Amino acid sequence: MRGRRLCGKGAGHARPCAQAPLGGQEGARRAKEASLTTTSITVAETPIVLYALRRADDALILGHRLSEWCGHAPMLEEDMALSNIGLDLIGQARLLYTYVAELEGAGRDEDSYAYLRDAPQYRNLLLVEQPNGDFAKTIVRQFFYSAFADPYWRAMTASENATLAAIAAKAEKESAYHLRHTSEWVIRLGDGTQESHARAQTAVEELWSFTGELFEADATERELIKERVAVDPASLSRAWSETVGGVIREATLQAPASTWMQTGGRSGRHSEHLGHLLSALQYLQRTYPGAKW
Amino acid sequence: MVTSPAPSAGRLGPEELRQLAWRVAAQVVDPEIPVLTIADLGVLRGVDVKDGCVEVTITPTYSGCPAMNMIALEIEVALRSAGITAACVRTVLSPAWTTDWLTEDGQRKLREYGIAPPKPGGSGRRLLFGHETIACPRCGSDDTHLLSEFGSTACKALWRCGACQEPFDYFKCH
Repeated sequence: MRGRRLCGKGAGHARPCAQAPLGGQEGARRAKEASLTTTSITVAETPIVLYALRRADDALILGHRLSEWCGHAPMLEEDMALSNIGLDLIGQARLLYTYVAELEGAGRDEDSYAYLRDAPQYRNLLLVEQPNGDFAKTIVRQFFYSAFADPYWRAMTASENATLAAIAAKAEKESAYHLRHTSEWVIRLGDGTQESHARAQTAVEELWSFTGELFEADATERELIKERVAVDPASLSRAWSETVGGVIREATLQAPASTWMQTGGRSGRHSEHLGHLLSALQYLQRTYPGAKW
Repeated sequence: MVTSPAPSAGRLGPEELRQLAWRVAAQVVDPEIPVLTIADLGVLRGVDVKDGCVEVTITPTYSGCPAMNMIALEIEVALRSAGITAACVRTVLSPAWTTDWLTEDGQRKLREYGIAPPKPGGSGRRLLFGHETIACPRCGSDDTHLLSEFGSTACKALWRCGACQEPFDYFKCH
């Protein structure tokens, strides 16, 4: 993620051209962390920090999953499409992490959050950390997420929080393309050959129990919803069901009858898959602390 | 790239310095579409001078566009070449960039470069599940079809013309 250091590459705030050196323990901690030589960080999760971090983690983890397809997709065009969608998501994650860093004001940057937190500190949805599986599973996972992200980011453009609204204004257009692309694929796979239909149906069944978490809001988030900083995810569940139901029907697939849903990602209780993912994502910084390229 | 004599910028007043910095920054081109300047694209939002330090404000196109880091670097290099060393590049997200900001000149340059320009006023949302008609930038034919929704960069889709048989990039609405 590390790009060129700029004065305020983040969301709307300029950092001074030269930062005054800090003395004492705090200065040493910041220097160590800035060079990524510290092992793991603990984030001061105020409600707004936690809220932004959760969305950033969704985007980073799903973006990373898609990057695993790079060079392996069934065809070149799809390889580029999955990489492009992954790039959009990682871009959204960068904007959100940069905002988290500004909110924390602890001298951290986007890289600290991506590389220096362990799995229980990650706040992403369980859905996005699920392994790629076959192409059908990757597409269905993306479709379930995008069918939520699209109305979610559109609604967030009206957030009272100006930075989140600005990030949403970019993300909502990208989500529309992601939703369109994955919808078309779900229909093509479901209403395709016997083989593709069976695989798409299996993917829908395997991932269904991770979709309930999309609409959860804990006490912290309910406060932010009251302040109109956040959107009530439950209010999007109807739009999601209509989009997903419509596409699944057209794809000649069946939505599972079960309403039992998995939960835990938002509070750091993850499936074992996340640890494996992070071991790849964080490998370089964990193995060669402070490595630069 | 502008290469004014380096020492001159230091003697300029704030307004002259601002104008010079704007002219220099406005000539920086998109590394992925080198016929377009960041001014054509609408990425360059402003240039200010504060306490002798030039602050160039840009806005990202797509969240994940890797060209943004490159553009910021190019701006710093261009300013430095023009003798402006006290400078920084700031990124703002609001108002969100849209392809509608692409200048008419920019649209023409894109077409000449072989990229079909974005349809003015067309957001991704309205086109959801809709059918687009994109004219071939080479022969102008409307007999075109989409090969891939996502093209060589985040901002482009890959199309092919049925009349001249040439594939071409389409700059997606955003």
